[in-house]
Amino acid sequence: MISADIQILMPEIVLAVYAMGALLAAVYTTKDGMAPLLTWATSGLFVLLAVWIGINGQGTNIAFGGMFVDDGFARFAKITILLSAAAVLLMSESYMQRRGLLRFEYPLLVALAVVGMMVMVSAGDLMALYMGLELQSLSLYVVAALRRDSVKSTEAGLKYFVLGALSSGLLLYGASLTYGFAGTTLFSGIIEATADGASLGLLFGLVFLLAGFAFKVSAAPFHMWTPDVYEGSPTPVTAFFATAPKVAAMALFARVVHDAFGGIVGDWQQIVAFLSVVSMFLGAIAAIGQTDIKRLMAYSSIAHMGFALMGLAAGTAFGVQAMLIYMAIYVTMNIGTFAFILGMERDGRPVTNIESLRMYSKRQPLRALAMLVLLFSLAGVPPMVGFFGKFYVLRAAYDGGLAWLAVAGVIASVIGAFYYLRIVYYMYFGEEGEALDGKMNPVLWTFLMASALIMVVGVVNLFGIEPMAAAAAATLVQ
Amino acid sequence: MIGLEHYLTVAAALFVIGIFGLFLNRKNVIILLMSIELMLLAVNINLVAFSSYLGDLVGQVFTLFVLTVAAAEAAIGLAILVCFFRNRGTIDVEDVNVMKG
Repeated sequence: MISADIQILMPEIVLAVYAMGALLAAVYTTKDGMAPLLTWATSGLFVLLAVWIGINGQGTNIAFGGMFVDDGFARFAKITILLSAAAVLLMSESYMQRRGLLRFEYPLLVALAVVGMMVMVSAGDLMALYMGLELQSLSLYVVAALRRDSVKSTEAGLKYFVLGALSSGLLLYGASLTYGFAGTTLFSGIIEATADGASLGLLFGLVFLLAGFAFKVSAAPFHMWTPDVYEGSPTPVTAFFATAPKVAAMALFARVVHDAFGGIVGDWQQIVAFLSVVSMFLGAIAAIGQTDIKRLMAYSSIAHMGFALMGLAAGTAFGVQAMLIYMAIYVTMNIGTFAFILGMERDGRPVTNIESLRMYSKRQPLRALAMLVLLFSLAGVPPMVGFFGKFYVLRAAYDGGLAWLAVAGVIASVIGAFYYLRIVYYMYFGEEGEALDGKMNPVLWTFLMASALIMVVGVVNLFGIEPMAAAAAATLVQ
Repeated sequence: MIGLEHYLTVAAALFVIGIFGLFLNRKNVIILLMSIELMLLAVNINLVAFSSYLGDLVGQVFTLFVLTVAAAEAAIGLAILVCFFRNRGTIDVEDVNVMKG
Protein backbone atom coordinates (compact mmCIF):
# COMPACT_ATOMS: atom_id res chain seq x y z
CA MET A 1 0.00 0.00 0.00
CA ILE A 2 2.30 2.68 1.30
CA SER A 3 5.19 1.61 -0.93
CA ALA A 4 2.96 1.94 -3.99
CA ASP A 5 2.04 5.47 -2.89
CA ILE A 6 5.66 6.37 -2.35
CA GLN A 7 6.52 4.98 -5.76
CA ILE A 8 4.15 7.51 -7.32
CA LEU A 9 5.72 10.37 -5.34
CA MET A 10 9.28 9.28 -6.14
CA PRO A 11 10.34 12.30 -8.26
CA GLU A 12 9.27 14.74 -5.53
CA ILE A 13 10.90 12.66 -2.79
CA VAL A 14 14.18 12.38 -4.71
CA LEU A 15 14.29 16.14 -5.24
CA ALA A 16 13.41 16.96 -1.61
CA VAL A 17 15.96 14.52 -0.22
CA TYR A 18 18.58 15.84 -2.64
CA ALA A 19 17.89 19.43 -1.53
CA MET A 20 18.23 18.60 2.16
CA GLY A 21 21.28 16.39 1.66
CA ALA A 22 23.03 18.99 -0.46
CA LEU A 23 22.22 21.65 2.12
CA LEU A 24 23.93 19.62 4.83
CA ALA A 25 26.85 18.75 2.58
CA ALA A 26 27.44 22.39 1.69
CA VAL A 27 27.14 23.62 5.27
CA TYR A 28 29.68 21.07 6.54
CA THR A 29 32.22 21.59 3.73
CA THR A 30 33.17 24.68 1.79
CA LYS A 31 29.82 26.50 1.88
CA ASP A 32 29.72 28.97 -1.01
CA GLY A 33 32.66 27.22 -2.63
CA MET A 34 30.25 24.47 -3.57
CA ALA A 35 27.74 26.85 -5.11
CA PRO A 36 28.76 26.49 -8.79
CA LEU A 37 28.86 22.71 -8.46
CA LEU A 38 25.46 22.65 -6.76
CA THR A 39 23.97 24.91 -9.44
CA TRP A 40 25.08 22.54 -12.19
CA ALA A 41 24.08 19.45 -10.20
CA THR A 42 20.63 20.85 -9.41
CA SER A 43 19.84 21.77 -12.97
CA GLY A 44 21.17 18.39 -14.12
CA LEU A 45 18.86 16.70 -11.64
CA PHE A 46 15.91 18.77 -12.90
CA VAL A 47 16.55 17.59 -16.45
CA LEU A 48 16.94 13.98 -15.32
CA LEU A 49 13.67 14.13 -13.38
CA ALA A 50 11.90 15.68 -16.36
CA VAL A 51 13.13 12.84 -18.57
CA TRP A 52 12.16 10.32 -15.91
CA ILE A 53 8.64 11.72 -15.57
CA GLY A 54 8.29 11.94 -19.34
CA ILE A 55 9.34 8.33 -19.99
CA ASN A 56 7.96 6.60 -16.93
CA GLY A 57 4.63 8.30 -16.43
CA GLN A 58 1.62 6.40 -17.64
CA GLY A 59 -2.07 6.68 -16.95
CA THR A 60 -3.58 8.28 -13.88
CA ASN A 61 -2.05 7.24 -10.56
CA ILE A 62 -3.64 8.26 -7.31
CA ALA A 63 -1.66 8.21 -4.06
CA PHE A 64 -2.52 8.70 -0.40
CA GLY A 65 -6.26 8.29 -0.74
CA GLY A 66 -6.65 10.88 -3.47
CA MET A 67 -4.46 13.58 -1.94
CA PHE A 68 -1.89 13.29 -4.70
CA VAL A 69 -2.83 12.80 -8.33
CA ASP A 70 -0.26 11.95 -10.95
CA ASP A 71 -1.99 12.28 -14.31
CA GLY A 72 -1.07 13.46 -17.79
CA PHE A 73 -1.91 17.05 -16.92
CA ALA A 74 0.35 17.05 -13.86
CA ARG A 75 3.18 15.46 -15.84
CA PHE A 76 2.94 18.03 -18.62
CA ALA A 77 3.11 20.86 -16.08
CA LYS A 78 5.93 19.19 -14.13
CA ILE A 79 8.10 18.71 -17.20
CA THR A 80 7.59 22.36 -18.19
CA ILE A 81 8.43 23.50 -14.65
CA LEU A 82 11.54 21.31 -14.33
CA LEU A 83 13.00 22.23 -17.71
CA SER A 84 12.41 25.96 -17.30
CA ALA A 85 13.87 25.94 -13.78
CA ALA A 86 16.93 24.06 -15.09
CA ALA A 87 17.38 26.63 -17.87
CA VAL A 88 17.13 29.55 -15.45
CA LEU A 89 19.68 27.99 -13.08
CA LEU A 90 22.15 27.48 -15.92
CA MET A 91 21.68 31.08 -17.03
CA SER A 92 22.16 32.51 -13.54
CA GLU A 93 25.45 30.81 -12.72
CA SER A 94 27.93 33.20 -14.37
CA TYR A 95 25.86 36.34 -13.67
CA MET A 96 25.65 35.61 -9.96
CA GLN A 97 29.22 34.35 -9.75
CA ARG A 98 30.64 37.62 -11.07
CA ARG A 99 28.59 39.69 -8.64
CA GLY A 100 29.37 37.58 -5.59
CA LEU A 101 25.72 36.55 -5.34
CA LEU A 102 26.16 32.86 -5.95
CA ARG A 103 25.53 31.42 -2.52
CA PHE A 104 24.93 27.73 -2.09
CA GLU A 105 21.40 28.38 -0.82
CA TYR A 106 20.27 29.69 -4.17
CA PRO A 107 20.11 26.44 -6.18
CA LEU A 108 18.76 24.59 -3.16
CA LEU A 109 15.99 27.11 -2.50
CA VAL A 110 15.09 26.84 -6.17
CA ALA A 111 15.03 23.05 -5.80
CA LEU A 112 12.72 23.30 -2.78
CA ALA A 113 10.46 25.75 -4.62
CA VAL A 114 10.29 23.27 -7.48
CA VAL A 115 9.29 20.49 -5.07
CA GLY A 116 6.48 22.76 -3.88
CA MET A 117 5.40 23.42 -7.45
CA MET A 118 5.38 19.72 -8.29
CA VAL A 119 3.16 19.03 -5.27
CA MET A 120 0.89 21.94 -6.26
CA VAL A 121 0.20 20.70 -9.76
CA SER A 122 -0.44 17.19 -8.46
CA ALA A 123 -2.62 18.21 -5.53
CA GLY A 124 -5.88 16.31 -5.16
CA ASP A 125 -6.77 17.79 -1.82
CA LEU A 126 -6.91 21.27 -0.29
CA MET A 127 -4.25 20.32 2.27
CA ALA A 128 -1.78 19.08 -0.34
CA LEU A 129 -2.53 22.21 -2.35
CA TYR A 130 -1.79 24.47 0.60
CA MET A 131 1.40 22.72 1.65
CA GLY A 132 2.78 22.71 -1.89
CA LEU A 133 1.88 26.34 -2.40
CA GLU A 134 3.50 27.42 0.86
CA LEU A 135 6.70 25.45 0.24
CA GLN A 136 6.96 27.23 -3.10
CA SER A 137 6.07 30.68 -1.75
CA LEU A 138 8.34 30.56 1.29
CA SER A 139 11.31 29.59 -0.87
CA LEU A 140 10.50 32.36 -3.33
CA TYR A 141 10.28 35.04 -0.60
CA VAL A 142 13.82 34.18 0.41
CA VAL A 143 15.30 34.15 -3.11
CA ALA A 144 13.66 37.52 -3.84
CA ALA A 145 15.70 39.00 -0.96
CA LEU A 146 18.83 37.09 -1.97
CA ARG A 147 20.98 40.19 -2.31
CA ARG A 148 21.03 40.88 1.41
CA ASP A 149 23.02 44.11 1.21
CA SER A 150 20.74 45.84 -1.28
CA VAL A 151 17.78 47.98 -0.24
CA LYS A 152 15.92 47.17 -3.44
CA SER A 153 16.27 43.42 -3.13
CA THR A 154 15.26 43.25 0.53
CA GLU A 155 12.38 45.61 -0.15
CA ALA A 156 11.26 43.34 -2.98
CA GLY A 157 11.43 40.38 -0.60
CA LEU A 158 9.45 42.24 2.06
CA LYS A 159 6.73 43.35 -0.35
CA TYR A 160 6.50 39.90 -1.87
CA PHE A 161 6.28 38.38 1.58
CA VAL A 162 3.52 40.66 2.88
CA LEU A 163 1.34 40.41 -0.23
CA GLY A 164 2.09 36.72 -0.69
CA ALA A 165 1.07 36.02 2.90
CA LEU A 166 -2.12 38.01 2.36
CA SER A 167 -2.93 35.92 -0.70
CA SER A 168 -2.21 32.70 1.19
CA GLY A 169 -4.56 33.93 3.90
CA LEU A 170 -7.34 34.60 1.40
CA LEU A 171 -6.80 31.22 -0.21
CA LEU A 172 -6.82 29.49 3.14
CA TYR A 173 -10.03 31.20 4.21
CA GLY A 174 -11.57 29.98 0.98
CA ALA A 175 -10.25 26.49 1.68
CA SER A 176 -11.79 26.49 5.16
CA LEU A 177 -15.19 27.56 3.83
CA THR A 178 -15.00 24.98 1.07
CA TYR A 179 -14.14 22.30 3.62
CA GLY A 180 -16.98 23.32 5.90
CA PHE A 181 -19.70 23.45 3.27
CA ALA A 182 -18.56 20.50 1.18
CA GLY A 183 -17.68 18.38 4.24
CA THR A 184 -14.38 17.25 2.76
CA THR A 185 -11.07 18.63 1.53
CA LEU A 186 -10.72 16.09 -1.28
CA PHE A 187 -11.34 17.49 -4.76
CA SER A 188 -13.21 14.31 -5.67
CA GLY A 189 -15.52 14.92 -2.69
CA ILE A 190 -16.02 18.60 -3.47
CA ILE A 191 -17.11 17.84 -7.03
CA GLU A 192 -19.69 15.40 -5.66
CA ALA A 193 -20.94 17.97 -3.18
CA THR A 194 -21.46 20.48 -6.01
CA ALA A 195 -23.17 17.96 -8.31
CA ASP A 196 -26.52 19.77 -8.02
CA GLY A 197 -25.39 23.38 -7.66
CA ALA A 198 -23.23 25.03 -5.02
CA SER A 199 -24.47 26.44 -1.73
CA LEU A 200 -23.78 30.08 -0.88
CA GLY A 201 -20.98 29.06 1.51
CA LEU A 202 -19.26 27.08 -1.21
CA LEU A 203 -19.53 30.00 -3.61
CA PHE A 204 -17.84 32.23 -1.04
CA GLY A 205 -15.13 29.62 -0.64
CA LEU A 206 -14.68 29.43 -4.40
CA VAL A 207 -14.35 33.22 -4.71
CA PHE A 208 -11.70 33.40 -1.96
CA LEU A 209 -9.78 30.51 -3.52
CA LEU A 210 -9.82 32.20 -6.92
CA ALA A 211 -8.65 35.50 -5.41
CA GLY A 212 -5.73 33.66 -3.82
CA PHE A 213 -4.79 32.02 -7.12
CA ALA A 214 -5.10 35.34 -8.97
CA PHE A 215 -2.46 36.74 -6.59
CA LYS A 216 -0.15 33.83 -7.31
CA VAL A 217 -0.45 34.09 -11.10
CA SER A 218 -0.27 37.92 -10.79
CA ALA A 219 -3.57 38.54 -12.56
CA ALA A 220 -5.05 42.02 -12.22
CA PRO A 221 -6.54 43.36 -9.92
CA PHE A 222 -4.22 41.32 -7.66
CA HIS A 223 -1.03 42.17 -9.51
CA MET A 224 0.41 45.07 -7.49
CA TRP A 225 3.38 43.13 -6.10
CA THR A 226 4.64 42.05 -9.53
CA PRO A 227 6.44 45.17 -10.90
CA ASP A 228 8.24 45.93 -7.64
CA VAL A 229 9.30 42.35 -7.03
CA TYR A 230 10.51 41.94 -10.61
CA GLU A 231 12.47 45.18 -10.46
CA GLY A 232 14.00 44.70 -7.03
CA SER A 233 15.05 41.05 -7.21
CA PRO A 234 18.38 40.10 -8.77
CA THR A 235 17.80 39.54 -12.50
CA PRO A 236 18.28 35.71 -12.51
CA VAL A 237 15.69 35.50 -9.73
CA THR A 238 13.33 37.65 -11.79
CA ALA A 239 13.84 35.27 -14.69
CA PHE A 240 12.90 32.41 -12.38
CA PHE A 241 9.77 34.24 -11.11
CA ALA A 242 8.63 34.85 -14.66
CA THR A 243 8.77 31.19 -15.66
CA ALA A 244 8.31 28.14 -13.44
CA PRO A 245 6.08 29.58 -10.65
CA LYS A 246 3.71 31.04 -13.25
CA VAL A 247 3.29 27.63 -14.89
CA ALA A 248 2.74 25.98 -11.53
CA ALA A 249 0.18 28.52 -10.34
CA MET A 250 -1.68 28.41 -13.63
CA ALA A 251 -1.75 24.59 -13.59
CA LEU A 252 -3.00 24.65 -10.01
CA PHE A 253 -5.69 27.14 -11.01
CA ALA A 254 -6.83 24.80 -13.80
CA ARG A 255 -6.68 21.78 -11.53
CA VAL A 256 -8.89 23.33 -8.85
CA VAL A 257 -11.51 24.82 -11.15
CA HIS A 258 -11.85 21.60 -13.15
CA ASP A 259 -11.14 18.84 -10.62
CA ALA A 260 -12.97 20.38 -7.66
CA PHE A 261 -15.43 22.82 -9.22
CA GLY A 262 -15.86 21.25 -12.66
CA GLY A 263 -19.57 20.79 -12.00
CA ILE A 264 -20.30 24.51 -11.64
CA VAL A 265 -18.43 25.94 -14.62
CA GLY A 266 -20.96 28.76 -15.00
CA ASP A 267 -20.18 30.05 -11.50
CA TRP A 268 -16.43 30.53 -11.95
CA GLN A 269 -16.37 31.25 -15.66
CA GLN A 270 -17.44 34.86 -15.19
CA ILE A 271 -14.80 35.50 -12.52
CA VAL A 272 -12.00 34.02 -14.62
CA ALA A 273 -13.15 35.96 -17.69
CA PHE A 274 -13.15 39.16 -15.64
CA LEU A 275 -9.63 38.49 -14.31
CA SER A 276 -8.50 37.75 -17.84
CA VAL A 277 -9.85 40.91 -19.46
CA VAL A 278 -8.61 43.21 -16.68
CA SER A 279 -5.13 41.63 -16.74
CA MET A 280 -4.79 41.90 -20.50
CA PHE A 281 -5.69 45.58 -20.58
CA LEU A 282 -3.80 46.57 -17.46
CA GLY A 283 -0.69 44.72 -18.61
CA ALA A 284 -0.87 46.33 -22.04
CA ILE A 285 -1.57 49.90 -20.94
CA ALA A 286 0.54 50.20 -17.78
CA ALA A 287 3.64 48.89 -19.56
CA ILE A 288 3.70 51.77 -22.02
CA GLY A 289 5.33 54.30 -19.71
CA GLN A 290 7.99 51.96 -18.29
CA THR A 291 11.68 52.71 -18.77
CA ASP A 292 13.09 49.74 -16.85
CA ILE A 293 13.07 46.53 -18.86
CA LYS A 294 12.48 44.36 -15.78
CA ARG A 295 9.39 46.38 -14.83
CA LEU A 296 8.27 46.14 -18.42
CA MET A 297 8.61 42.36 -18.32
CA ALA A 298 6.48 42.38 -15.16
CA TYR A 299 3.62 44.12 -16.94
CA SER A 300 4.19 41.90 -19.93
CA SER A 301 3.79 38.85 -17.69
CA ILE A 302 0.54 40.28 -16.26
CA ALA A 303 -0.83 40.65 -19.80
CA HIS A 304 0.32 37.14 -20.72
CA MET A 305 -1.37 35.68 -17.66
CA GLY A 306 -4.55 37.40 -18.86
CA PHE A 307 -4.29 35.52 -22.14
CA ALA A 308 -3.61 32.20 -20.43
CA LEU A 309 -6.64 32.77 -18.17
CA MET A 310 -8.69 33.37 -21.30
CA GLY A 311 -8.11 29.75 -22.28
CA LEU A 312 -9.16 28.67 -18.81
CA ALA A 313 -12.26 30.86 -18.89
CA ALA A 314 -13.59 28.85 -21.83
CA GLY A 315 -14.17 26.02 -19.35
CA THR A 316 -13.56 23.30 -21.92
CA ALA A 317 -10.88 20.66 -22.51
CA PHE A 318 -9.76 22.64 -25.53
CA GLY A 319 -9.44 25.71 -23.30
CA VAL A 320 -7.12 23.83 -20.93
CA GLN A 321 -5.12 22.57 -23.91
CA ALA A 322 -4.81 26.14 -25.23
CA MET A 323 -3.70 27.33 -21.77
CA LEU A 324 -1.02 24.63 -21.56
CA ILE A 325 0.31 25.43 -25.03
CA TYR A 326 0.27 29.13 -24.21
CA MET A 327 2.21 28.61 -20.98
CA ALA A 328 4.82 26.38 -22.66
CA ILE A 329 5.40 28.98 -25.39
CA TYR A 330 5.39 31.84 -22.86
CA VAL A 331 8.07 30.15 -20.77
CA THR A 332 10.28 29.51 -23.82
CA MET A 333 10.00 33.13 -24.94
CA ASN A 334 10.73 34.44 -21.47
CA ILE A 335 13.85 32.32 -21.06
CA GLY A 336 15.25 33.80 -24.27
CA THR A 337 14.26 37.34 -23.34
CA PHE A 338 15.81 37.07 -19.90
CA ALA A 339 18.98 35.57 -21.39
CA PHE A 340 19.18 38.81 -23.36
CA ILE A 341 18.45 40.98 -20.29
CA LEU A 342 21.06 39.11 -18.22
CA GLY A 343 23.59 39.91 -20.93
CA MET A 344 22.88 43.65 -20.84
CA GLU A 345 25.77 45.30 -19.05
CA ARG A 346 28.05 48.28 -19.28
CA ASP A 347 31.58 48.10 -17.86
CA GLY A 348 30.62 44.81 -16.22
CA ARG A 349 27.65 46.26 -14.34
CA PRO A 350 24.09 45.25 -15.10
CA VAL A 351 21.93 47.78 -16.97
CA THR A 352 18.18 47.52 -17.16
CA ASN A 353 17.27 50.84 -18.77
CA ILE A 354 15.54 50.41 -22.12
CA GLU A 355 17.21 53.51 -23.56
CA SER A 356 20.61 51.88 -23.16
CA LEU A 357 19.66 49.71 -26.14
CA ARG A 358 19.83 52.62 -28.60
CA MET A 359 21.23 51.45 -31.94
CA TYR A 360 22.07 48.07 -30.46
CA SER A 361 21.65 46.47 -33.89
CA LYS A 362 24.66 48.29 -35.29
CA ARG A 363 27.08 46.74 -32.84
CA GLN A 364 25.44 43.36 -32.23
CA PRO A 365 23.33 42.57 -35.30
CA LEU A 366 22.80 38.90 -34.47
CA ARG A 367 21.76 39.43 -30.87
CA ALA A 368 19.51 42.32 -31.84
CA LEU A 369 17.88 40.11 -34.46
CA ALA A 370 17.28 37.32 -31.92
CA MET A 371 15.73 39.82 -29.50
CA LEU A 372 13.61 41.21 -32.32
CA VAL A 373 12.23 37.74 -33.04
CA LEU A 374 11.48 37.20 -29.34
CA LEU A 375 9.78 40.57 -28.96
CA PHE A 376 7.65 39.98 -32.05
CA SER A 377 6.77 36.60 -30.62
CA LEU A 378 5.86 38.12 -27.24
CA ALA A 379 3.67 40.65 -29.04
CA GLY A 380 2.03 37.86 -31.04
CA VAL A 381 3.02 39.01 -34.51
CA PRO A 382 1.86 36.31 -36.98
CA PRO A 383 4.78 34.30 -38.31
CA MET A 384 6.24 33.70 -34.84
CA VAL A 385 5.25 30.92 -32.43
CA GLY A 386 3.85 33.45 -29.93
CA PHE A 387 1.07 34.16 -32.39
CA PHE A 388 -0.04 30.51 -32.27
CA GLY A 389 -0.26 30.63 -28.50
CA LYS A 390 -2.57 33.63 -28.74
CA PHE A 391 -4.47 32.02 -31.60
CA TYR A 392 -5.23 28.91 -29.53
CA VAL A 393 -6.57 30.81 -26.52
CA LEU A 394 -8.63 33.15 -28.71
CA ARG A 395 -10.17 30.18 -30.49
CA ALA A 396 -10.84 28.45 -27.17
CA ALA A 397 -12.62 31.54 -25.86
CA TYR A 398 -14.62 31.89 -29.07
CA ASP A 399 -15.62 28.21 -29.09
CA GLY A 400 -16.53 28.45 -25.42
CA GLY A 401 -19.11 31.14 -26.20
CA LEU A 402 -17.01 34.06 -24.97
CA ALA A 403 -16.71 35.93 -28.25
CA TRP A 404 -16.55 39.29 -26.42
CA LEU A 405 -13.54 38.09 -24.49
CA ALA A 406 -11.77 37.05 -27.69
CA VAL A 407 -12.43 40.48 -29.23
CA ALA A 408 -11.12 42.19 -26.08
CA GLY A 409 -8.05 39.95 -26.29
CA VAL A 410 -7.30 41.04 -29.85
CA ILE A 411 -7.62 44.72 -28.91
CA ALA A 412 -5.39 44.30 -25.84
CA SER A 413 -2.80 42.45 -27.89
CA VAL A 414 -2.68 45.32 -30.42
CA ILE A 415 -2.18 47.86 -27.62
CA GLY A 416 0.45 45.61 -26.05
CA ALA A 417 2.38 45.36 -29.31
CA PHE A 418 3.28 49.04 -28.92
CA TYR A 419 5.71 48.64 -26.05
CA TYR A 420 7.42 45.60 -27.52
CA LEU A 421 7.89 47.49 -30.77
CA ARG A 422 9.27 50.45 -28.86
CA ILE A 423 12.22 48.31 -27.76
CA VAL A 424 12.69 47.23 -31.37
CA TYR A 425 12.63 50.90 -32.35
CA TYR A 426 15.39 51.71 -29.88
CA MET A 427 17.50 48.82 -31.12
CA TYR A 428 17.21 49.63 -34.82
CA PHE A 429 16.50 53.34 -35.16
CA GLY A 430 17.06 56.52 -33.20
CA GLU A 431 20.26 58.12 -32.06
CA GLU A 432 23.46 56.51 -31.00
CA GLY A 433 23.85 56.23 -27.21
CA GLU A 434 26.50 55.04 -24.80
CA ALA A 435 27.48 51.53 -25.88
CA LEU A 436 26.78 48.39 -23.90
CA ASP A 437 29.52 45.81 -23.40
CA GLY A 438 29.99 43.61 -26.43
CA LYS A 439 30.81 40.36 -24.69
CA MET A 440 28.11 37.90 -23.73
CA ASN A 441 28.46 34.73 -21.75
CA PRO A 442 28.29 31.70 -24.13
CA VAL A 443 25.58 30.01 -22.03
CA LEU A 444 23.35 33.09 -22.24
CA TRP A 445 24.11 33.43 -25.95
CA THR A 446 23.09 29.80 -26.54
CA PHE A 447 19.82 30.19 -24.67
CA LEU A 448 19.00 33.44 -26.47
CA MET A 449 19.67 31.98 -29.90
CA ALA A 450 17.96 28.66 -29.15
CA SER A 451 14.86 30.42 -27.88
CA ALA A 452 14.73 32.75 -30.89
CA LEU A 453 15.26 29.80 -33.23
CA ILE A 454 12.40 27.90 -31.58
CA MET A 455 10.15 30.91 -32.14
CA VAL A 456 10.82 30.70 -35.89
CA VAL A 457 11.24 26.95 -36.51
CA GLY A 458 8.42 25.96 -34.17
CA VAL A 459 5.93 27.39 -36.62
CA VAL A 460 6.10 24.10 -38.54
CA ASN A 461 4.42 21.93 -35.93
CA LEU A 462 5.10 23.55 -32.53
CA PHE A 463 7.51 20.63 -31.88
CA GLY A 464 4.55 18.29 -31.47
CA ILE A 465 3.45 20.01 -28.29
CA GLU A 466 -0.15 20.26 -29.45
CA PRO A 467 -1.15 16.56 -29.18
CA MET A 468 0.74 16.32 -25.86
CA ALA A 469 -1.21 19.26 -24.44
CA ALA A 470 -4.44 17.77 -25.81
CA ALA A 471 -3.75 14.47 -24.06
CA ALA A 472 -2.87 16.32 -20.85
CA ALA A 473 -6.03 18.41 -20.97
CA ALA A 474 -8.15 15.31 -21.64
CA THR A 475 -7.01 13.76 -18.35
CA LEU A 476 -8.09 16.87 -16.44
CA VAL A 477 -11.46 17.64 -18.01
CA GLN A 478 -13.77 14.66 -18.27
CA MET B 1 -26.29 27.87 23.06
CA ILE B 2 -23.23 28.69 21.00
CA GLY B 3 -23.57 27.17 17.54
CA LEU B 4 -21.52 26.96 14.39
CA GLU B 5 -22.62 30.37 13.13
CA HIS B 6 -21.21 32.12 16.21
CA TYR B 7 -17.78 30.67 15.57
CA LEU B 8 -17.99 31.56 11.89
CA THR B 9 -18.93 35.13 12.76
CA VAL B 10 -16.00 35.53 15.13
CA ALA B 11 -13.65 34.05 12.54
CA ALA B 12 -15.00 36.31 9.80
CA ALA B 13 -14.64 39.36 12.06
CA LEU B 14 -11.04 38.46 12.94
CA PHE B 15 -10.24 37.84 9.28
CA VAL B 16 -11.62 41.22 8.24
CA ILE B 17 -9.70 42.93 11.05
CA GLY B 18 -6.57 41.23 9.76
CA ILE B 19 -7.15 42.47 6.20
CA PHE B 20 -7.89 46.00 7.39
CA GLY B 21 -4.78 45.87 9.52
CA LEU B 22 -2.75 45.13 6.41
CA PHE B 23 -4.20 47.92 4.33
CA LEU B 24 -4.89 50.73 6.79
CA ASN B 25 -1.73 50.37 8.86
CA ARG B 26 0.73 53.13 7.93
CA LYS B 27 3.13 52.76 10.80
CA ASN B 28 5.09 49.62 11.37
CA VAL B 29 5.87 46.47 9.41
CA ILE B 30 5.65 44.38 12.59
CA ILE B 31 1.95 45.22 12.70
CA LEU B 32 1.64 43.76 9.21
CA LEU B 33 3.09 40.49 10.50
CA MET B 34 0.59 40.53 13.36
CA SER B 35 -2.27 41.13 10.93
CA ILE B 36 -1.17 38.18 8.81
CA GLU B 37 -1.06 36.01 11.91
CA LEU B 38 -4.56 37.17 12.82
CA MET B 39 -5.87 36.13 9.41
CA LEU B 40 -4.36 32.67 9.68
CA LEU B 41 -5.74 32.19 13.19
CA ALA B 42 -9.20 33.24 12.01
CA VAL B 43 -8.95 30.46 9.44
CA ASN B 44 -7.97 28.04 12.20
CA ILE B 45 -11.10 28.92 14.20
CA ASN B 46 -13.12 28.27 11.07
CA LEU B 47 -11.49 24.90 10.48
CA VAL B 48 -11.85 23.71 14.05
CA ALA B 49 -15.47 24.86 14.22
CA PHE B 50 -16.32 23.03 11.00
CA SER B 51 -14.40 19.98 12.14
CA SER B 52 -16.38 19.76 15.36
CA TYR B 53 -19.67 20.51 13.60
CA LEU B 54 -19.11 17.87 10.92
CA GLY B 55 -17.64 15.34 13.35
CA ASP B 56 -14.72 15.00 10.95
CA LEU B 57 -11.07 15.07 12.01
CA VAL B 58 -9.67 16.40 8.74
CA GLY B 59 -10.30 20.01 9.78
CA GLN B 60 -8.16 19.61 12.89
CA VAL B 61 -5.35 18.01 10.93
CA PHE B 62 -5.54 20.95 8.53
CA THR B 63 -5.31 23.33 11.50
CA LEU B 64 -2.08 21.72 12.64
CA PHE B 65 -0.61 22.13 9.18
CA VAL B 66 -1.68 25.77 9.10
CA LEU B 67 -0.11 26.41 12.51
CA THR B 68 3.18 24.90 11.37
CA VAL B 69 3.25 26.88 8.15
CA ALA B 70 2.32 30.08 10.00
CA ALA B 71 5.33 29.62 12.28
CA ALA B 72 7.65 29.10 9.29
CA GLU B 73 6.12 32.09 7.56
CA ALA B 74 6.65 34.35 10.57
CA ALA B 75 10.27 33.20 10.82
CA ILE B 76 10.97 34.02 7.18
CA GLY B 77 9.09 37.31 7.39
CA LEU B 78 11.11 38.43 10.39
CA ALA B 79 14.36 37.36 8.72
CA ILE B 80 13.61 39.45 5.64
CA LEU B 81 12.54 42.31 7.89
CA VAL B 82 15.87 42.22 9.75
CA CYS B 83 17.76 42.34 6.42
CA PHE B 84 15.63 45.27 5.32
CA PHE B 85 16.22 47.10 8.59
CA ARG B 86 19.98 46.70 8.24
CA ASN B 87 19.91 48.32 4.82
CA ARG B 88 17.33 51.00 5.35
CA GLY B 89 17.58 51.72 9.07
CA THR B 90 13.82 51.88 9.55
CA ILE B 91 10.82 49.57 9.42
CA ASP B 92 8.09 52.16 8.89
CA VAL B 93 5.63 51.09 6.23
CA GLU B 94 5.92 54.52 4.61
CA ASP B 95 9.64 53.99 4.08
CA VAL B 96 9.19 50.78 2.10
CA ASN B 97 9.11 52.91 -1.03
CA VAL B 98 12.43 52.78 -2.88
CA MET B 99 10.48 51.42 -5.83
CA LYS B 100 7.25 53.11 -6.80
CA GLY B 101 4.04 51.13 -6.85
